[in-house]
Amino acid sequence: MPIFIDRRLNPKDKSLGNRQRFVRRAREELKRSIRDHVRTGGIADIDREHTVPMPRKGTSEPTFSNDKASGRRQHILPGNKTFSPGDLIAKPGGGEGFGSAPGTTESEDDFRFVLSREEVLDLFFEDLELPDLVKLNLKQILSYKPRRAGFAASGAPTNINVGRTMRNSHGRRIALRRPKQAELDAIAMQIAELEAKPASAALRERIANLREQLDRLERRRRRIAYVDPVDIRFNRFDPQPVPNANAVMFCLMDVSGSMGEREKDLAKRFFVLLHLFLTRRYERIEVVFIRHTHEAKEVDEHTFFYHTESGGTVVSTALEEMHRIIEERYPVAEWNIYAAQASDGDNFATDSERCIELLDRKLMRLCQYFAYVEIIDERESHIFGSTENGTSLWRAYNAVDGKWPNFQMRRIAAPADIYPVFRQLFARQPDLRKSA
Amino acid sequence: MVSQARKSELLFSGSDWDFKKLSQVYDEIEAVGREELGLDIYPVQMEVISSEQMLDAYSSVGMPLMYRHWSFGKRFLHDELLYRKGARGLAYEIVINSNPCIVYLMEENTMALQALVTAHAALGHNHFFKNNHLFQQWTDAGGILSYLDFAKSYIARCEERHGLAAVEAILDSAHALMEQGVFRYRRPPKLSSEQQREGLRERLEYEERSFNDLWRTLPPPQETGETKTGGNDNAAERKKSLNLPEENLLYFLEKNSLVLEPWQREIVRIVRVIAQYFYPQRQTQVMNEGCATFVHYTLMNTLFDRGRISEGAMLEILRNHSNVIFQPAYDDPRFSGINPYALGLDMMQDIQRISTAPTTEDRDWFPDIAGRGDWRDTLLDAWANHRDESFIRQYLSPALIRKWRLFVLADGADEPHYEVASIHNERGYAKIRSALAQSYDIGASRPDIQVVDVDLLGDRHLRLQHTVKDGVMLEAESRDATLRHIRNLWGYDVSLAAIDGGTGATLSERWTKEL
Repeated sequence: MPIFIDRRLNPKDKSLGNRQRFVRRAREELKRSIRDHVRTGGIADIDREHTVPMPRKGTSEPTFSNDKASGRRQHILPGNKTFSPGDLIAKPGGGEGFGSAPGTTESEDDFRFVLSREEVLDLFFEDLELPDLVKLNLKQILSYKPRRAGFAASGAPTNINVGRTMRNSHGRRIALRRPKQAELDAIAMQIAELEAKPASAALRERIANLREQLDRLERRRRRIAYVDPVDIRFNRFDPQPVPNANAVMFCLMDVSGSMGEREKDLAKRFFVLLHLFLTRRYERIEVVFIRHTHEAKEVDEHTFFYHTESGGTVVSTALEEMHRIIEERYPVAEWNIYAAQASDGDNFATDSERCIELLDRKLMRLCQYFAYVEIIDERESHIFGSTENGTSLWRAYNAVDGKWPNFQMRRIAAPADIYPVFRQLFARQPDLRKSA
Repeated sequence: MVSQARKSELLFSGSDWDFKKLSQVYDEIEAVGREELGLDIYPVQMEVISSEQMLDAYSSVGMPLMYRHWSFGKRFLHDELLYRKGARGLAYEIVINSNPCIVYLMEENTMALQALVTAHAALGHNHFFKNNHLFQQWTDAGGILSYLDFAKSYIARCEERHGLAAVEAILDSAHALMEQGVFRYRRPPKLSSEQQREGLRERLEYEERSFNDLWRTLPPPQETGETKTGGNDNAAERKKSLNLPEENLLYFLEKNSLVLEPWQREIVRIVRVIAQYFYPQRQTQVMNEGCATFVHYTLMNTLFDRGRISEGAMLEILRNHSNVIFQPAYDDPRFSGINPYALGLDMMQDIQRISTAPTTEDRDWFPDIAGRGDWRDTLLDAWANHRDESFIRQYLSPALIRKWRLFVLADGADEPHYEVASIHNERGYAKIRSALAQSYDIGASRPDIQVVDVDLLGDRHLRLQHTVKDGVMLEAESRDATLRHIRNLWGYDVSLAAIDGGTGATLSERWTKEL
């Protein structure tokens, strides 16, 4: 008789450590795939699992192996049908011999595997250089709060619902005719009364009867418990997501010719980060994309990022469009409004005045938060980096920045510059959580 | 009533299994195995695992314990993907050459499959592991699990002390040389027992503790002047003292590298020991699988004949059996080489046939065994004393060559055609047999690379030699990458010369300096 061991309940992810080592090793390449995802996918896509191709660099395992394209060898094959010795067979193209097993080499190419959400976010954050605390917050899933949800027949003793339990017990006692204390008392009193009288045969018999009756009732009482385990009910709690209000996120972008591939990519990461932040804070998020040249239009995400359009640049049109949409669809009482604007800063000087007015008078009163990034060349970054000077839009927005605390602006030249734009937003988070 | 009585004799009915049934079936199969085939096995430990755990076991080369390395993670992702896509099913079992012999059973298997797997692994493979001379001589079934346990915890401790990256670098380099890390001809020293290993570690720790840099500053001994003038004579002396040439690169590096720390040496040693442990399995694929398949096929049929297995269960068993031994022809899209299960089973059944009902041809080819009737002894003897190469050379019969319609293609890399060299005819039998045997000779098909010279007192340049057979060179890219790994372990320049095995001419030489 062999020894049997049931290992099914043993921990499963024995190779988790190996997987982590592998992901760490292939980090650079995986990061590039994530970056491509951000570039080509939607901005809400980052927050989930991703399928990525198997990285090749850094993960090959070289050994000394024979070169297939040299030397003489023999292949032994089954299933000869027509060949006789001396027959010549043309080699198939590509130099692939009969001997190599198909499916061992070429499948590596299209071999893809799934990165978990945590791994994806880790790789995404690495470029952005987010502080650890913020990363942790972003990786968290919605917070849950236990909410009363009816009753259950099992649970922890602390959750016993006394009222419900007693009601069950009462019903059961009635149904099973559990003798009441009063009945017992009455009989006991009757016995006592009879015993007080002078004894006679008839009396003795009555007393004996009564005692028997009392005895039976008491036995019945013992058998039918006052509170039985079947009566007990527990309060049931369901974890429910903490209710979050709705949020709408406006993405505004200048799509005139001066916004190139790099600028759009940076802008996209900027939007992705804000979106990621909002998904953690609000249960329901809508995203509105507004692009503008000299006129603004609400478009879908794909058009927003991939269609180019030529024309001048009038920023105020976008702000007007945003205002119109808010009026139309997103009443401030129901929606938290966030806006993110990306531009290269070009604008007509006269229009910038109009922008200030729009923001100051209308939009900033409606918005929770307004973030503006100006995407600049890396070469420009050390010239403009800290000065107040800059494009006309920059100078104009500077005035708004001073006046409204929930307005943020920043020049960015690389992904790592994006986070500081939101620094205040993330820093405020603990307060927000308390008030929510 | 009659049917009632027959039913009660069935070992099991229905597809669900439980431990009691498993145990009964095992006892029955073991009894039949011993009496029918004369099997001799290690005690068995059966472990039931889920499919996830099976995937885990796959990625760590089938061992229940393994140290951590990214390459296992890569393999796991690969296997998992193929499994999820449905491109490949999981094995029904994994069996480990250890004492007691560990057999993993998948929980998803039906009872009929569990019976099949028990016969296949717990009896067939187990007998082969215990009796085949390669396994007996070259592996230590009793010590492997405790050794792996030691390896795992030792490497984990190294990771803690020296960092993941440092340990990974050594493991990467050592893994690259795994195939050159076995003794092919010399028998390896036995795995040291636990106490010895403990002693070894203590010694290493003592050396680390008592290391004194002062010794390094001592003036070199007087003779150095002479060694330089010694010339050829000296080189021979030097090679002799280092036991050169040496085919086991990992062994050589472990013992002689000047740059490895004690813990790095121990890691190289661990990789080498594991490579050596698997070496017999690679040489006995056909025999091992053939033996297990032959055993399960024979035992299941015996049980069925005795009415212990129902017809339904037998049908399921046969369906799985025929899936396992499926061998498509070379021009079939499903063809991916010769199926070791099929070849092994066919050869063993052929031996059975030759022993009991030989033809005149068989009497000519196998005068020793033809018609003697004792096929059990012949098989037990073959299982004990052969590896794939010698087994095929000895027992592949013309009848089987005809049945398989085997043929040999000669393939010269610089010619535009394959040439059909031999087919299943009178002139071809011997040639096909020898070519097939040759193709299972790992020693011949793996690149032959040896350490030939190193001047430890001079520039410490390590010279390797690749003996080129039939003009087959090394694949350049992986060769360079592997040389870089050798350099990591050796610490000084390494060169690899390709020497033609026939003429002795140097075909090429590659230096790590050039990389």
